[in-house]
Parts: sequence; C-alpha cells; structure tokens
Amino acid sequence: MKTDIEPTSSAAGSPPKVRTRSTGRAGDKIFLALSRGSGIALLVIMAAIAAFLTYRAAIAISKDEANFLTYFEWNTGSSPMRFGIAVLAYGTIVSSIIAMVIAVPVAVGIALFISHYAPRRLATPVAYVIDLLAAVPSIVYGLWGALFLVPHLTGLYTWFDDYLGWTGILSYQGGAARSLFTVGILLAIMILPIVTSVSREVFRQVPKMHEEAALALGATRWEVIRMSVLPFGRSGIISASMLGLGRALGETMAVATVLSPNFLIETSLLDPGGGTFAQNIASRFKEAGNDGRDALIASGLVLFVITLLVNGAARMIIARRKEYSGTAA
Amino acid sequence: MAKRIDVSGLTAYYGTHKAIEDISMTVEPRSVTAFIGPSGCGKSTFLRTLNRMHEVTPGGRVEGKVMLDDENLYGSGVDPVSVRRTVGMVFQRPNPFPTMSIFENVAAGLKLNGSYRKSELEAIVEKSLKGANLWNEVKDRLNKPGAGLSGGQQQRLCIARAIAVEPDVLLMDEPCSALDPISTLAIEDLIGELKERFTIVIVTHNMQQAARVSDRTAFFNLAGVGQPGKLIEIDETERIFSNPSVQATEDYISGRFG
Repeated sequence: MKTDIEPTSSAAGSPPKVRTRSTGRAGDKIFLALSRGSGIALLVIMAAIAAFLTYRAAIAISKDEANFLTYFEWNTGSSPMRFGIAVLAYGTIVSSIIAMVIAVPVAVGIALFISHYAPRRLATPVAYVIDLLAAVPSIVYGLWGALFLVPHLTGLYTWFDDYLGWTGILSYQGGAARSLFTVGILLAIMILPIVTSVSREVFRQVPKMHEEAALALGATRWEVIRMSVLPFGRSGIISASMLGLGRALGETMAVATVLSPNFLIETSLLDPGGGTFAQNIASRFKEAGNDGRDALIASGLVLFVITLLVNGAARMIIARRKEYSGTAA
Repeated sequence: MAKRIDVSGLTAYYGTHKAIEDISMTVEPRSVTAFIGPSGCGKSTFLRTLNRMHEVTPGGRVEGKVMLDDENLYGSGVDPVSVRRTVGMVFQRPNPFPTMSIFENVAAGLKLNGSYRKSELEAIVEKSLKGANLWNEVKDRLNKPGAGLSGGQQQRLCIARAIAVEPDVLLMDEPCSALDPISTLAIEDLIGELKERFTIVIVTHNMQQAARVSDRTAFFNLAGVGQPGKLIEIDETERIFSNPSVQATEDYISGRFG
C-alpha cells in the first residue's frame, strides 16, 4: 500500500518542479536569447535599409527639376538635375512580360513532360539539366546573349519585319539586335529553370486519387492533366511564375551586357534601345556622383515597389480561389 | 446497359510480382457481386483489371480475358480509355474534383464524352444526383465546390459522377471504408437501388456489408506473403455465409483468420 501511494504523491508534486527547472536551464536561456536576437536583428536591418534608401531617394527627388515618374531623360551630372524613370519602367515591364510569355508555357510544358509523360529513365536527366541551367551565372548568360544570340536573331527579326512589320511593335530597321525583345528572350531562358522546377514539384504532388478520378471516367492523358493536374497546380504555377518574374525584373548583368541602352520609348520592340531599372543602375553607378547615386537609389526603390505590387497581385489571385484550391479536400 | 462480365484465366502482375493468378468468374448483370478476403489477397487488384485501371500503375500488366458481353476488354485494338467510359469506378476515399463545383463534378464525365446542350446537361445532372440520393441535399448549392460536402455526401457525389455517363458496370473499391455508419447505410441503400440498372461489383472488408448488399460473394485468399492471390470460391451470398463449400472460406467468415 505504502509503495503505491509514494509514486503518485511524488508524481503529483513533480510537474511544477520540472517547469521551474526547464526555464532555469542555461541552454534554454541562450537559445531563447539567440533566436529572439536574430528576429530583432532582421527587423532592425530591414528597417535600416528601408530608412536609408527612402532618405537618399527623397533627397534625389527633391533636387529633380523634372517629373520623376514621367520624364524621358537621365541627366544627373549637371545641375539642375533632370531625370525620370518612364523609360526604365517601360523597359523593365515590357522585357519581363516578353520573358513571361515565352517562359511560362514552355516551363509548364517541360514540367508536365517530366512529371507525367517522360519515362523515369529520361525524366531524371532532363530534370537535372534544367536545374543545372539555374546554376549558370548571369554574366555568362549575358556574354552568350551578346556574342551568340544577338547576331543570330537578326534573321528572325527581319522575318518578323517582313510579315508583321505593319503592326509597328514588330518592325525592324536592321542593326544589332540589342533590343528589349532580345532581352526578353534571354530573360525567358534565365527564368525557365526556376519556373520549371517549382511547377514540376507541384505537379508531382497532385494526389493519385484525383488523377484516378479522371482516369476512371475515361479521360485520356491530356484530359487527366486538364481535369486534375492543372487545376491542382494552378496556384503553384502562379507562384512559380512570380518567382521567375521577380528574377526577370531584377536581372542586371545579363541585361546590361546585351542591351544597347538609350532613353527613348521606341514603338518597335525589335529595334535596339530602351533600358531597365537594374541595367541603368549597373551601367551608371560607378561614374555617378553623390547626387547621381541618390537618383539611382530612387529608381531602385520604384523597382522594389513594382515587385511588391506584382507579388501582392499574385497572392490575391491565389487567395481568391482558395475554396477550390484542393487543399480543402 | 448492365452487361455480364465473364473473366477467364486472368493473371495480373506488378512488375515481376504476380499479384493475382488464374482467376475465372462470371458476374451477372443487374446484381451485386461482393469481393471479400484478407488484405493483400488481390481483390482490389482484380477489381481494377475489370476497367483496365490496373495497367495505370507503373509495371502493371495483365494476362487473360475479360469479356463484357461479347467484347474482350483486353482484345487487341481495344482502347483502355473507352473501356473506362463503359465501366465506371468508385474509390475507397471520396475523390470529387476539388476545383470543380458539384454540378461540374457530375458533368465531368459527360463533357469528356461529347458536347451537350446546357438543358441536357442540367437534366442529366439532376437525374444522376437523384439516382445517388443526393439531389435534395445539394439542389440549392450546385455551384458550390464539391469538396465542401461531408465525406458521405462526397462519396455519393462520386457515385453520381460515375452513373451520369450511364456505364454498363459500376465497380466500387471499398466505397464505405472512409465513412461513418450513417453514411455507410445511405450508400448501402443506394447500392440496392442501383442494381436495378447496373452490374455492380463491390470490394469490401466488412463481411456484414457483403452479406447485406450482395447477391453473390467471391472469396479471395493468398497462400502466404509474396504469393499471388487466388479466387477460392464464388457463390450465392447466402450460401457463402451459411454453408460454403471450401473450409478456408468458412474459417475466414467465422473470424478464424484474416
């Protein structure tokens, strides 16, 4: 009897003891301080960067004699300074859209091939090669673009001009193909790996039972993909595209190497000229004076805001159809 | 409509592993045939050979003959896709298309088979949902996602989807094993109604269920782990549960193993 009572009484008494001891352990204290410190440090660093950029940008914009958002020149060397981001915003957005239009369908196609069509023997090496493309430094893409892509695109652009030149946006006057369209093609190749591998992972996670539901109704392989795989992967494809778009918007070295920049918005996408935020910063930063650097920082902030807006829009698209997302099932 | 299934000498493999061996049986039209047996005896595999779903699994392969009235499902030149359009299937876990509404789920199979006018689609969807005893519960929210229904409702939605295309045969792979007792009862009642129109084959782990819903019962067993599953016997359900001709069947249904 006594031995029965003793363990219960000690067990009833022990929990508070354990609790006080666990917070008293040195390891817990150190880890708590470390993780809390890291969290705070991150916020402080982010805030410091944001404050610095906003401050310098505000200085630059206050000295700008032209409209910062709509002006077509970038004169920061002389005083008064006159500069605007219109051309950069146009070039950044247009080249990224071209890249997305080319890359997303191709990437989804490759991802479907790897996840649903290719035999395993072929799927593994193809997936590996695609992932390898992501490891190539962007300057290498830039050099390849400038030395190989640019000379080989003149033929294609002449053909575009012959048949679609009347549209204006696809007219081509000859000369080196260092245009926004070429940048778009190069960016498409650069974002292909990330869009492909994220989509592929999503397609692989489609539950077997959703695919069997379609199969049992007599769906062909394409119909299974249309009924089960693509709807399930929809939000994943959007996230993948946004990751790719983020890279395309911010790509610097490859664009700077390929593009022959000017400060005009051309009707034609094929003729050389134009510019992007990142390319403009990279090309001018070394030669710019203090005021010039502030102006570049201001343009960088605009790029940051654009990226935020794009991400927000993507999140909204995903959230709006959450009811149908398949995770509820 | 409601065709007879005649299987002879059917063997199915997963890669090099023989899952079921030399199965022959006849399934009568407008009746319910239940498959029972211990786990791993190949009853689900056999069910999946009846609409050529087995070969969807990598390495899945079938030898033998499955006659649906006069047509051999494994004959040369037979398209597995068209087989699955005439032999419908309901799965263990309810699997409505999560991105589709209730209406779209029921209409999914029809849209694969051809184009229908909107009024035709609406009529067939209503008829199918009524056939699955689900119409009264969902008629006011046909445009809501199918995934929002309860488990039992989802399973009846899947049955409505399967019968919407008017298949010759309806295969059910443990359709109640993920459901609560009340939903199970609803499905069992439904099976009793559906057998007026379809040939029904049901795999079940629940012997009481087999006794309740089926006209004929087939008992499958395997000699040991890694051995192929075999059909031990098939007979009138009443006979299987009262006076089976094989000792192993009696041992299994009386709970001596399995």
